[in-house]
Amino acid sequence: MSRTIVRIGYASCGIAAGAKDVLSVVERRMKKGSRKVQLQKTGCIGICFDEPIVEVINDLGQWTYRKVDPARMERIYDEHVLGGVPVYEWTVGELSTDGKKAEKPVFEHQRRIALRNTGVIDPESIEAYLERQGYKALEKVIREMNPDSVIKEIMDSGLRGRGGAGFPTGLKWSFCKKAAGDKKYLICNADEGDPGAFMDRNLLEGDPHSVLEGMIIAAHTIGASEGYIYCRAEYPLAIRRLKIAIEQAREKGYLGDSILGTDLSFDIRLKEGAGAFVCGEETALIASIEGERGMPRIRPPFPAEAGLWGKPTNNNNVETYANIPWIILMGAKEFQKFGIKSSRGTKVFSLAGKINRGGLVEVPMGTTLRRIIFEIGGGIPGDRKFKAVQLGGPSGGCIPTHLLDTPVDYESIMAHGAIMGSGGMVVMDENTCMVEIARYFLSFTQNESCGKCTFCRVGTLRMLEILERITRGDGRESDIDELKDLAELIRTSSLCGLGQGAPNPVLTTLKYFENEYHAHIVEKKCPAGACRELTTFIIDEEACRACGLCRKACPSDAIEGKPGVKHVIVQDRCIKCGSCREVCPFDAVGTG
Amino acid sequence: MTSKAKDIREIVAPFKGIPGATIPVLQAVQNVYGYLPEETFPIIEEEMGIPSSKAYGVATFYAQFRLSPVGKHIVKLCDGTACHVKGSQTLLSSLRDHLGLKDFDSTEDGAFTLEIVACLGCCSLAPVMMIDDVTYGNLTIEKMKDIIESVRKEGDD
Repeated sequence: MSRTIVRIGYASCGIAAGAKDVLSVVERRMKKGSRKVQLQKTGCIGICFDEPIVEVINDLGQWTYRKVDPARMERIYDEHVLGGVPVYEWTVGELSTDGKKAEKPVFEHQRRIALRNTGVIDPESIEAYLERQGYKALEKVIREMNPDSVIKEIMDSGLRGRGGAGFPTGLKWSFCKKAAGDKKYLICNADEGDPGAFMDRNLLEGDPHSVLEGMIIAAHTIGASEGYIYCRAEYPLAIRRLKIAIEQAREKGYLGDSILGTDLSFDIRLKEGAGAFVCGEETALIASIEGERGMPRIRPPFPAEAGLWGKPTNNNNVETYANIPWIILMGAKEFQKFGIKSSRGTKVFSLAGKINRGGLVEVPMGTTLRRIIFEIGGGIPGDRKFKAVQLGGPSGGCIPTHLLDTPVDYESIMAHGAIMGSGGMVVMDENTCMVEIARYFLSFTQNESCGKCTFCRVGTLRMLEILERITRGDGRESDIDELKDLAELIRTSSLCGLGQGAPNPVLTTLKYFENEYHAHIVEKKCPAGACRELTTFIIDEEACRACGLCRKACPSDAIEGKPGVKHVIVQDRCIKCGSCREVCPFDAVGTG
Repeated sequence: MTSKAKDIREIVAPFKGIPGATIPVLQAVQNVYGYLPEETFPIIEEEMGIPSSKAYGVATFYAQFRLSPVGKHIVKLCDGTACHVKGSQTLLSSLRDHLGLKDFDSTEDGAFTLEIVACLGCCSLAPVMMIDDVTYGNLTIEKMKDIIESVRKEGDD
């Protein structure tokens, strides 16, 4: 047998799950003289629910191991790496060497374009990227194409902005190319601010060069000489890997002066965000790069005409740039093959919340929500009922059960009151209170409003106050109408997407779950048992089997009982966390 | 000039003349002190020509910047959407109780400062917290308390 590769998923999620200890085992074992073993640290392959992930690759194939801890790693090393026999009990499913075929439905419905290298290559090695046709698209653009033919190719592909708004990328580039000016700038928006979204983090941690290559192609096309990547400071690993990638690209002559021997000069600087959600809005982001408070400006003029320091500026999202090299190499027609209607290609989503297989997925546009959540994501844990999926973060909305067959494309999602957004999907089950979720998002946008527009600054606070009193049990009958009035005013009187979208979580929950609002306001009850003031947890004497699981799970020792003796919750010690309900195998814990 | 002021001047100096350097320079100072000492603003004004009022306006706009000293360890409890639906609010009240935090976000002994953050991007491991640079996932109240105590002990050694 020739060499064996051991790959460890070493993105933030893997490290948080314990990949570091697993890595130490491999490093220690390798020191003991097994020179035929090669260790690779990769980004996240996407099956975050099974982290830490280890892959073993040899001539016979590729095996992926799930939930690897140091003890498992020792045995995998003994039996598989050295012995050649996979430890089947811990494998996820066999991928063939081209990475396409998988036995598990996790990969079955996926098609990886933006994530083509994520979880496959070592993100800190430019050689690994070059081996996977890295920077070939840039060479093609420089040697065989001109800016107009690049723009045509991107337009023909149908690629639309992956940051959420969905503006056609080729068209955006053509505006900036046409804009008059001797100096032009390029920006990559990596300020992934939506809570519950981590697509861009994984891409930057797993394959930073694909983003850089997309940026260099864009710079060449529009005539930009300086670029900025604006990355949130909460992503230290992404920032570190970007720095390494930029340095490597400079050394190899893909960045800097006379790129690939031409007169093209372009370099990239990294800017760390400082924690302001509104900086995801492009004019606020530009203000932030300029060193100002991140407050949006009136458009027009659009950044394509007057952006950073008043110069024509093109701004795209991380995932948008990562798609560019693939489109250039494979052609617009190949890209067009994926997707439906006016949404072409694939989209990366981060699946989280009440879901069995949370992680990162990339599917063709037009895949239904049902397929993503149930077939790929494995549905809801503990056989509880699905209630809604939240799309588009604080500017998005909650889509209920009866709309699960909605295809994921920009227009269909919008028709139901949500937005595609950047790709965060947070799944909610029957124990999630939709009024409380609306309150949560409003408190987020309220907090993050930059304060420029009165309706966003004050109006969101008024909405939040109403939602707070409803979840406390002090709601009034007139509150629903008042929420709707405020929502309309904020939507129409705010300058940027933050304010315009802020009412969406309230509007969609009102649209699909108005009964929950009524239960809080009229009956003073929280049907989901999530709002503390309105919830009392009770153990049903009939159903309780005195197994003791709830007693063990209770963090405040509020449950009394012994084996054989029915359990009871002592109400004045109960902190209403719902842990007992989560663990009860007999559905004996209810709310009153 | 105090030695602190001298040190801050040294941190600020390399940013002179760089356009749009307000945020990076504040980040550089905070990286050293954990917060922005009062002396920072007049020094930035002198060295970089950015009025104190403006730099202060920037510092108060962005969530990252702190204007008072922090504890030895910074605990960032995530309240992103995924963590929220998986019970981060219950974790928060337990954590505040456990650390004995009332009106302030730092413990009296200066060991911990608690921050609530919008999303750490490890949503599939929700609920999540980060202590200094280490992320901990799949938290329960018990697990969270154990981690806090082991971090506290590490510092004692």
